[in-house]
Amino acid sequence: MIYLVRYGEIGLKGKNRRFFENRLTENIKKALQGIPGCSIRQLHTRNYVEVPEERAAEALQRLQQVFGIVSLSPVTVAGPDMAAIKDAALAEFSVLARPGLRFKVNTRRANKRFPLASQQVSAEVGAHILRSIPGLKVDVHNPETVLDVEIRDEAVYIYTQRIPGPGGLPVGVSGKGLLLLSGGIDSPVAGWLAMKRGVTLEAVHFYSPPFTSERARDKVIDLCRRLAVFGGPIRLHLVRFTEVQKELQEKTPEKLSVTLMRRMMFRIAEQLSAKRSALALITGESLGQVASQTMESIAVIEQVVSIPVYRPLITYDKQEITELSRSIGTYPISIRPYEDCCTVFLPPHPAIKPRPEAVEEAEKALDIPALVRDCLEKTEELVIDPENGS
Amino acid sequence: MRQIYLDNSATTPVRPEAADAMREVLLSDYGNPSSFHSLGIKAERIIKEARRQLAAACGVNEAEVIFTSGGTEANNLAVKGVARRHRKRGKHLITTRVEHPSVLNAFRALETEGFEVDYLPVDREGLVSPAEVIAALREDTLLVSVMHINNEVGSVMPVAEIGRLLKEKNPQTVFHVDAVQSFGKLPVDPRKWQADLVSISAHKIHGPKGSGALLCREGLLLEPLFHGGDQEQGIRPGTENTAGIAGFAVACRLALRDREENYRKMTGLKKYLAAEIKRQIKDTSVNGPEEGAAHILNVTFAGIKGELLVRFLAEEGIYVSTGSACHSRRPEPSHVLLAMGLSAEEVGASVRFSFSALTGREDIEYTLEKLEPAVAALRRMTGRKK
Repeated sequence: MIYLVRYGEIGLKGKNRRFFENRLTENIKKALQGIPGCSIRQLHTRNYVEVPEERAAEALQRLQQVFGIVSLSPVTVAGPDMAAIKDAALAEFSVLARPGLRFKVNTRRANKRFPLASQQVSAEVGAHILRSIPGLKVDVHNPETVLDVEIRDEAVYIYTQRIPGPGGLPVGVSGKGLLLLSGGIDSPVAGWLAMKRGVTLEAVHFYSPPFTSERARDKVIDLCRRLAVFGGPIRLHLVRFTEVQKELQEKTPEKLSVTLMRRMMFRIAEQLSAKRSALALITGESLGQVASQTMESIAVIEQVVSIPVYRPLITYDKQEITELSRSIGTYPISIRPYEDCCTVFLPPHPAIKPRPEAVEEAEKALDIPALVRDCLEKTEELVIDPENGS
Repeated sequence: MRQIYLDNSATTPVRPEAADAMREVLLSDYGNPSSFHSLGIKAERIIKEARRQLAAACGVNEAEVIFTSGGTEANNLAVKGVARRHRKRGKHLITTRVEHPSVLNAFRALETEGFEVDYLPVDREGLVSPAEVIAALREDTLLVSVMHINNEVGSVMPVAEIGRLLKEKNPQTVFHVDAVQSFGKLPVDPRKWQADLVSISAHKIHGPKGSGALLCREGLLLEPLFHGGDQEQGIRPGTENTAGIAGFAVACRLALRDREENYRKMTGLKKYLAAEIKRQIKDTSVNGPEEGAAHILNVTFAGIKGELLVRFLAEEGIYVSTGSACHSRRPEPSHVLLAMGLSAEEVGASVRFSFSALTGREDIEYTLEKLEPAVAALRRMTGRKK
């Protein structure tokens, strides 16, 4: 089975096009790893991916998760003569034909040495189908099915399906970002959206044993395994955060603990980013969703870092985020009921509009550089491979 | 690090003697007991011998032992097996609100099949009153199911009294006792209890998981849960778990050998731990009756989250548990403690310590040493500031 793989906007990127195309081809190869007998050919701003017939469905499913792919078509390849084209067209139709089906044939002729003009090819192929399968109708204005015939220098491609891909840019073309991954519903979706714009993802998770369960840690690893399906292996930094939590509990006002905790996380994440050459932090924040995500809170939290912070979900509703989370398969992992640091220490009434002066005053009780250093020293690093298949 | 395992009501480590017996079966006596050749006969004999031991241990006939995959299956087979087989005789069933989920959810499933179930309340100590059981009886009551020892708080139900009163008033009503927590600790005596069905399990007495039995009075007909060959008289078809059954028999023999002495020892440990907790840590209370089962101690530590204490103690190598799963996003506080009248907050602050014959005094000392600081730290860190 051969899939014609189209990519959209990366075809437009001028001189960088080669770079983008090569990255996409690489990513497709990686996505198909484990399916023996696949081959990829890059030709005229397209990829032709040949996969073994018996694993075509699985390959398609994997291709549909490769960012940068706009659409895919399973194609029949024919030689440059009308008899072969007609046979192939008929074969395509034999599976979808039903009485009354309205269709049209759409021919593009890039190979100008081909003796017939596009119109003529369409007419002949259409007539052949009508003759061979009784009960069909040609309808050029409002067809139910379009049979595409592309006559190119190297071959003729015939297809009827156009399967949507995920769109976006190939992972790896944009640079590296560090995702703050909590284990909830939002942050994995934010990471997925960043990958969709070509970002290579690393992730940082803050955990506070024994306040948080070892199962919460497993959950974050599983989320990375899921996300890695879309963008390749993910380097996960597990930061032991217990000391910071203890200090915050003991030395700072309860109302501000969430703000202060987030500021500590950002500081540590910024240091990790520098070490790992990441160019941005990525968070799952969504405006107004919880106390730490009001405009005031976000401003006060972001103050402590100079690295750009991307918030792909900032204007999304919970409903929209949940839907995305389901469609990318992180939802069932996210809803596993283990506490993370945010829930164990959540005060009953966190400040919704923390004032910067109050926050800075509260932080005077802490030795921040020492805490950050301590956390970085205790950080564990794992490389998480994608989950198999699915 | 030292390991102190105080979660024996959840499961127990397998005794080396039981593991040895199982290894032998897995590697050498692997024949199918239904086969005609000598390997099959060898396996059949192993099961026969195990059946003889278990029957003797419980004072029943060998034909009354039905091997199952454990307590959950035994409970399901008892509850659903009676209700479905005898539905023509009636549709009323009685149980308590503090049963194990494998009993409670079996009854809930039967409700969807048109049965009517009374879930009887318990008192502050987790005990059901025999008088209430009798009062709930109807002419068409098919089955009464009451556990012997409650797995969360260790209350010991008056099953003998319930059995006697029940059979006086309604001899036709089948009586089932879930004895998974008591087998090997207190005498399990179906005849004395006048129980028609009794569930027991291997992994609570240092035997393997995946092995248990339902003791079923001769002549009582049950609808099987699934269908297959004629193993276990056709009531529980499927190739026998010879290794699991062999391990069960060994564990049973060892548990019963020193049962009384072990029980006395555990009683002492429980009393000591309870007294010291009350003495050393303020705002604590013991759940369940003072004279409850020797191996289960359930304590509420006001102001903490039980789940966090479990993890704090695990860092010190001490393994305990909360009554049942209880977490922040989907709170499912223990149905047992709630039925006993505890508030949701108290339930969330409760932890269960459960002992076995292998628990020693020094384990309790070590636990006490670590417990007070852990509770204090938790109260300080997660408690509300003034």
